[in-house]
Amino acid sequence: MTKINIVQAVNMALREEMARDKSVVVLGEDVGRNGGVFRATEGLLQEFGEERVIDTPLAESGIVGISIGMAVCGMRPVAEIQFDGFLYPALDQIISHAGRIRTRSRGRYRVPLVVRAPCSGGIHAPEHHSESPEAYFAHTPGVKVVMPSTPYDTKGLLAAAIRDPDPVIFLEPKKIYRAFKEEVPEGDYTIPLGEAKVVREGSALSIITWGAMVPLCKTVAEEAKGKGIDAEVIDLRTLSPLDTKSIKASVEKTGRAVIVQEAPRSCGLGAEVAALIGEKSLLYLKAPIERVAGFDTPFPLYRLEKYYLPDAARVMRAVDRVMRY
Amino acid sequence: MPKEIIRKFEVPYLQVLDEEGRCDEGLMPDLTGEEIKELYEFMVLVRTFDEKAVKLQRMGRIGTYAPVLGQEASQIGSAYAMEDEDWMFPSYRENGSYIVRGVPMAMVLRYWAGDERGCQMPEGMNNFTVAIPVGTQVLHAVGAAWAFKMRKEKRVAMVYFGDGATSKGDFHEGMNFAGVFQIPVVFLCQNNQWAISVPITRQTAAETLAQKAIAYGFEGVRVDGNDVFAVYKSTLDALEKARAGGGPTFIECLTYRMGDHTTADDASRYRSQEEVEAWRVKDPIERLRKYMEGKGLWSKDYGAKVQEEAEERVRKAVEEMEATPEPEVEDIFRYTFEEMPQNLEEELQELREALTEGRK
Ligand SMILES: Cc1ncc(C[n+]2csc(CCOP(=O)(O)OP(=O)(O)O)c2C)c(N)n1
Ligand SMILES: [Mg+2]
Repeated sequence: MTKINIVQAVNMALREEMARDKSVVVLGEDVGRNGGVFRATEGLLQEFGEERVIDTPLAESGIVGISIGMAVCGMRPVAEIQFDGFLYPALDQIISHAGRIRTRSRGRYRVPLVVRAPCSGGIHAPEHHSESPEAYFAHTPGVKVVMPSTPYDTKGLLAAAIRDPDPVIFLEPKKIYRAFKEEVPEGDYTIPLGEAKVVREGSALSIITWGAMVPLCKTVAEEAKGKGIDAEVIDLRTLSPLDTKSIKASVEKTGRAVIVQEAPRSCGLGAEVAALIGEKSLLYLKAPIERVAGFDTPFPLYRLEKYYLPDAARVMRAVDRVMRY
Repeated sequence: MPKEIIRKFEVPYLQVLDEEGRCDEGLMPDLTGEEIKELYEFMVLVRTFDEKAVKLQRMGRIGTYAPVLGQEASQIGSAYAMEDEDWMFPSYRENGSYIVRGVPMAMVLRYWAGDERGCQMPEGMNNFTVAIPVGTQVLHAVGAAWAFKMRKEKRVAMVYFGDGATSKGDFHEGMNFAGVFQIPVVFLCQNNQWAISVPITRQTAAETLAQKAIAYGFEGVRVDGNDVFAVYKSTLDALEKARAGGGPTFIECLTYRMGDHTTADDASRYRSQEEVEAWRVKDPIERLRKYMEGKGLWSKDYGAKVQEEAEERVRKAVEEMEATPEPEVEDIFRYTFEEMPQNLEEELQELREALTEGRK
């Protein structure tokens, strides 16, 4: 088994799925000759040719809308949108069509489409290159939303997304694209969409998080251990549909919840998780739910980025508050 | 009923100054020797600035930067034709146009060094903020120009964008509105033939970008984008036409991106060195220099002096940029709305407490 990072896991999943299924095509800006600006599609053009690895004109609405048409008519397009902030021109196609075609046609037509995009901040990028737009998509009926945080999960979830009969928005936290490597088997395995993962077991509180915040929360959990706090950390992995069972089980066990997201706080996915806990597990709670999030401001340019991003200090303050309550 | 041709179209191409610095005097725009020298000095300044910015990025003193290299004539010739009261809507590459329009170089650097104050235009300066989402600014320029028309102001908006941007719906929509409503706007497309790694042949099957204007019902021209006189002349004509109520014009500056797309890119992955070299001989500054030398407007001493002054100005700008105090964390919140709502007050308070706890 080889040790690889998240970008390499994306690449491996794409390669294996393309080899496995001729209907899988990859399209987007700079995905061919350049191998993608993060090199996620590196080598695919050489291996699968120009008909299946397509450098497109610069038009995100076009890339996604055209992918919808392809998907309806027998292909399995995997569209790459170069950065999170450039998903927005495609929102019309995703919201108005990708998520509704199955419903509108009463099951006659379906859209087995994957839209991949790097997401979130932390790399000192220019404006619009650090967005965490998952809530827009999680709020959209008919599309699934995935955000992995490890190489192993990335490969298994991306393979599952490509094989899924419905549209999936697959968001890849770019800050941890190359942060660490782990063993990822070559060959077939998938991780079912809709299942969260307990990445650290604990009894005192549940830290519920996803994406680039997962490694941060693991660190905080270790730090908390030094204070005698035994934190559980849950990586949601699939953000829509949510794994309500796992959230419920964890919170009912620990009685405390801290939700950590990088995206702006208001109406973020964390609000949904908090509402679920309120609805399903309120009487198990020993303290109010805490949310640690990005601010309700545009993501700042990089000089102020470190203040915007939730960090160990802010997460720990929330942990302390729920424990002290 | 015979099948007949009901429309044929032509695309004008303008070059005034060729690669050897030879000039077609009949086409030469009305420029004094002093003005020509000023154009040259701007071009040298912008190139010096640009080279420095790339170096600063390599040293980690600024962030990702999009170089102008090779496109100086397109940017400077066009910006030079504008009036102060006209509005400019740039993409992210118009560092050269910004400088011609009087934006302090230290500010331009500050923006690329991850500081929004680099976009806080000095009062009275009609230059819009950087637009990174490709093509989006096209619409803003049309709206701005429409406002001038509604308010009966004799101003024009000019919007810069690349060849890649012409693939976006925003481009189509902006061009279409401008044609339908006869908006006083100039569309200035720098066709540098690449959109990161994607060549112009992947953006359009049309032979020129200029011809797209015809379908929107107005004039489109292609100019040699490495010829500062041609760019200046066609922009000036378009601006004057717009000011006189003649509506929009589309200008395609055929040029070449000599550098990497940005400092985060490595162009050797996708294009040949031969192609780059073939464009090096078309360098916009060198051809202007040759022309000026022939006219007695350029000497070795003058050239050295211009270069020295440019370096000095850039050095000062870097100094000024680096002497700027860091922005305050409050600045993250301060500009979201005119009045800070309760939720932002609370978020800021939480951040302040986390910071005073001294854990950051
Ligand atoms: C809507 C959008 N999609 C993708 C990008 C990423 N991107 C930045 S510049 C660029 C290429 C732009 O090419 P062009 O319009 O020709 O301008 P140039 O960079 O050559 O000046 C791309 C794909 C972006 N900034 N905005
Ligand atoms: Mg270009």
